[in-house]
Amino acid sequence: MKLPAFAYACPETLEEAVALLAAGAGTAKALSGGQSLLPTMAFRLVAPSLLVDLRKLPGLDRISLGEDGVRLGAKVRWRDIERDARLASAHPLLARAVAHVAHYQIRNRGTVGGNLAHADPAAEMPGVAVTCDAELALTGSKGTRVVRAADFFLGPLSTVLADDELIVEVRLPAWPPGRRWGFEEFALRRGDFALAGVAAYYDPDAEGIARNAHIGVIGACHRAHRLARAEAALNGRAADEQAILASAEVAAAEVDPPTDLHASAAYRRALVQTLLERALLRAAS
Amino acid sequence: MQSQTMLIRFELNGKPVEVEVSARTTLADCLRHQLMQTGTHVGCEHGVCGACTVIVAGEAVRSCLMLAVQVEGQAVTTVEGLSREEALTPLQAAFRKHHALQCGFCTPGMLATAHALLTEDPEADRARIREVLSGNLCRCTGYIPIVEAVFEARAAYVDKSAKA
Repeated sequence: MKLPAFAYACPETLEEAVALLAAGAGTAKALSGGQSLLPTMAFRLVAPSLLVDLRKLPGLDRISLGEDGVRLGAKVRWRDIERDARLASAHPLLARAVAHVAHYQIRNRGTVGGNLAHADPAAEMPGVAVTCDAELALTGSKGTRVVRAADFFLGPLSTVLADDELIVEVRLPAWPPGRRWGFEEFALRRGDFALAGVAAYYDPDAEGIARNAHIGVIGACHRAHRLARAEAALNGRAADEQAILASAEVAAAEVDPPTDLHASAAYRRALVQTLLERALLRAAS
Repeated sequence: MQSQTMLIRFELNGKPVEVEVSARTTLADCLRHQLMQTGTHVGCEHGVCGACTVIVAGEAVRSCLMLAVQVEGQAVTTVEGLSREEALTPLQAAFRKHHALQCGFCTPGMLATAHALLTEDPEADRARIREVLSGNLCRCTGYIPIVEAVFEARAAYVDKSAKA
């Protein structure tokens, strides 16, 4: 369908953008890459009165690497992540997960901030952010606040972002050398939304015992979240096949997947188990 | 609600254009309905089929998922801009040679996607070509002739990038 009518603004500063969103009092929407927002509008699921285009806002398109980790400006596109050769070692989980995002043309436009704000439970970036204990910097009329990714997502297409707030940056904690990790998802066709997906890592100690296990789920959930029981099943054990299968079995019981026209809850549950087995076996190998 | 209209300027296939558009007008509709460049086809209108792919600032984008107002000041290339005059480009010739189209509806999007890919990555292997083309649906060919045509056209882009 054609997009519903709206007014359009293209501010040049963050302050101006925030002021426009504040004046919109919940009926204005920020437009970044538009790869989620415009389809949602085409389906008439949302009909904002005003679109605030962020394309002229400076300084939000940087990928910076430091001792404290990887910082992604909100306007960093999938394409930018894909083409940044530093990320393969600086954050291999991010690089791998992003390779699953949609298709070529969409990766050329879609942004990290837009994707997180859209909060699709099947999207990869929320899964990476939650699994890695990322922080999101949000700027609004009252200034900037930092929110943990785990606290940011409330449910499908629902976040704690206030009407006048914009995501400005995502901060992924530093990735230590020697970390073991895996990312697996299953979609009917490459680039489609995942029916289920898992991101997982652990830090083996000198004896090869898994420590600091982080396991997150996408697709088979209402919002990306970590699986504390599956992590507990892995922590403190040598990450051998037995421990991995045990953790995956716990994960399958721990998730609460939805049933919809794409897949049943039981199928998604089974996928989580299989995908986590694969991810951890890959991590351990 | 009345949609706001705006005057925008951009470069279309190497020529400057100026057009008054509604804020809600997608780039695809602006090209087809206002600039009468109907080579770009619109399939799904929500970013799934890839038929409307055009090249903006050197990058393939879905023109149904971009507002016309967002291309202000940018260079846009559509299928009409790929070849000069009547001669087929090497990519187009390869499509013909390999029967990489049947009904032709998806072809402008396929060509725009493949042109953008080979321009930035003339060494793209078959796996990369398939991955990139996965964003464009074709209901006729079964894709194999399209992959072969794009693969064969690589040579022309390697030469081009060597000269540049």
